[in-house]
Amino acid sequence: MTKPVEWVYTDIVKDHFANPRNILSDEASYTEDGKGLVGNVKCGDQMMMVIKVDKRGVITDCRWKTFGCASAIASTSILSEKVKGMKVEDAYNISPEDIAAQLGGLPEHKIHCSVLGDKALRAAIDDYYKRSGMINNIKTGRARVICRCMDVTDEQIKNAVLKGALTYQLLKERTKAGTVCGKCKDRVIGLLEEYAGKNSKPKEVI
Amino acid sequence: MKDKKVYLDNNATTPLHPEVKKAINGLFDIYGNASSLHFFGRQSKAAIEAARADISSFINAEPDEIIFVGSGSEANNTVLNMVSCCSALCGAKCSGRHEVIVSDIEHPCIIETSKCIEQKGMPVVRAGVDRFGKVDLGRLKDMITEKTMLVSIMTANNEIGTIQDIRSISDMAHRMGALLHTDAVQAVGKLPVDVNELGVDFLSFSAHKIYGPKGIGALYARSKAPFCPFIRGGHQEKGRRAGTENTIGIIGMAAAIACRKDEMAQEARRLARLKQRLKDFIQDNIDGVSFNGHPKDCLPGTLNVSFKGAEGEAVLLYLDMEGIAVSTGSACASGSLEPSYVLLALGMSAEDAHGAIRFSLGRDTTDADIDYVTEKLLLVINKVRNMSSSYFKKQDNSI
Repeated sequence: MTKPVEWVYTDIVKDHFANPRNILSDEASYTEDGKGLVGNVKCGDQMMMVIKVDKRGVITDCRWKTFGCASAIASTSILSEKVKGMKVEDAYNISPEDIAAQLGGLPEHKIHCSVLGDKALRAAIDDYYKRSGMINNIKTGRARVICRCMDVTDEQIKNAVLKGALTYQLLKERTKAGTVCGKCKDRVIGLLEEYAGKNSKPKEVI
Repeated sequence: MKDKKVYLDNNATTPLHPEVKKAINGLFDIYGNASSLHFFGRQSKAAIEAARADISSFINAEPDEIIFVGSGSEANNTVLNMVSCCSALCGAKCSGRHEVIVSDIEHPCIIETSKCIEQKGMPVVRAGVDRFGKVDLGRLKDMITEKTMLVSIMTANNEIGTIQDIRSISDMAHRMGALLHTDAVQAVGKLPVDVNELGVDFLSFSAHKIYGPKGIGALYARSKAPFCPFIRGGHQEKGRRAGTENTIGIIGMAAAIACRKDEMAQEARRLARLKQRLKDFIQDNIDGVSFNGHPKDCLPGTLNVSFKGAEGEAVLLYLDMEGIAVSTGSACASGSLEPSYVLLALGMSAEDAHGAIRFSLGRDTTDADIDYVTEKLLLVINKVRNMSSSYFKKQDNSI
C-alpha cells in the first residue's frame, strides 16, 4: 500500500503541536510580570502570552493560550521554551524567521500563522516594562500602527521588506497586515515601495 | 488500536465501490478508440453507449442528452463559459440576453468562472442565501429579468449540505425565458434526481462523489438547449466535447450509478440515522456548538458544526492523529487567509467559520465508527479549548 505523504509539517512541528509546552492552564492563579494579547479572535486568530521576569531581567517562565492553527500552536510552543532563561531585551528581538528555523521550516503559506507568538511576546515584554517603570524601553509604542485589525506597525513592515517580502502578497503573508479589512493596503504598499527602495532592489520586483 | 482509520470526508471524495472495482478490472483489454470503425473501436463504442444509456436513465434523461466530461468542474465550466461565447461557430444564441445569476455559495469552479466571464464583460448577479444556506426565492425572482441568459444554482452544497428548491427556481427562470443550470455534483446518487421533474436545462454531476472513479463526470444538456463546446477539436460526444473518451472512467461511472440505484434510498436512511447519533452526542456532551446548514433540507450524510473557541485546522489535525478524517472551514487548512466564503455567506462570524468542522458520512461508515469518533472528538475539543484564548468554560452552576 502506498504510504501517505508525511505531514506538511516537520517532525519538530508535529511534536510541538501534539504536545504543546507551557500552556497557561490556570490563568486565575498565575501572577505574571507581563501579559500580551495580540490578534483578534473575530479575525480568526489570537494569541495571549504571559511572562515572569526576575530581578536581573531574565525571563524565568513563559505561558500562553491561543485561538490559532497548528503552525501558531507549534511555533508558540517552541518560542515559549526558547525564551526561558533569556534576557528580556534579547527575547524582544526574536523574529518569526528564527522560530520557523527552529521548527525545521514551515510551509511558505503558514509563516504568517507563526508571527502571532513573537508579537504576543513583545507585547508581554512591553507590558513588563510598563509595570516596572521602564517606559523608555517600550518600542512598539513608538512605532506607527499601520494595520489596525492585526496591529502591524511600520517597523514590522520595514523588517519584513528588508528580509525579502517584496510584494504586497508576501507582506500580507509574513506580517498579516491588510488581511482583514484591507483599508491599510495603500499605506502598506507605500511603505513597501519606500523600504524596497532603501533595500536597493530593482523596482520591477514589486 | 492505533491503526484505526475513520473516513468522514465523503463530500471531498469517496472510495471505489467493490462492484466498481470489479467492473473496471475487466476492462483493461478494451483499449480501442471509440471513434475507430474497426472491431476494437466498435467494442469500446458499444461499452460507452451502454454506459450512457444506464447513466441517462438514472436521472430520467435521454442518452443523447449526456455528455461525458473530465470532472464536475469541467461540466460547470462548460456551462458558464457558454454564456460568454456568442461566436457564430457555436450553436449558442445570444438573443440579446447576457446576464448570469449565481448564488454566493456555489462551488469555487462556478464562483471563479463567474468572475472570469464578468471580466469579459458579462454582467453577473449574485444571489445571497439565508442563515441556513437557502437561496432567497423572493429576491431571486426579482433578479431574473428579460436580460437574464442563465441562472446557475447548485442542488446541494458541498460544505453545509443545504438542498435548494431547484424546481421552483427553474420555473422562475423559464417564466422569464432564461436557462437553468444546476451543479448537482453532491446530489446525484445521494438524492433522487430527475431532470424533468426539476425542469433544468443543464445539470452537472460526477462519479467520484458516489463511489465511482475520479476523472470522469457528466453534463446533462437538454436536447433543445443551446450548446457551445468548451473543449473543441473533435467530433466525440456529438461534437460537444473533444477528446478521446475515457472508456474505463465512463464504464466505472455507470457501474457506480448502477449501485446507487440499488443502495441509495436505504443508505440515505442509514446515514441520516448515523448523522443524528453524531449530532445528538455533540449537542448533549459539548457546549458552545452551533450546527451549520439547513436543519431539514440537508444531504443525509453531511454534518457541519462550529465549536466555539476551537480553531478548525488544529481540530482537524488532532483528529487526523487519531485516524479520523474530516474537513474544516478554517482558512488555515486551505492555505488562504480567509475562512470559508460559504460559511461567511450564511452570516457567520469569522471566528465561528474558523471553528467549523465538516463530517461527511458515506456507505462505509458504521455505528462503531461513530462511537470511536464521538470518544475522540470529546478529547480533541477539550484539548484545543484548554489552550484556547477565546474559550471560557461555563461555570458548573450556570444554566
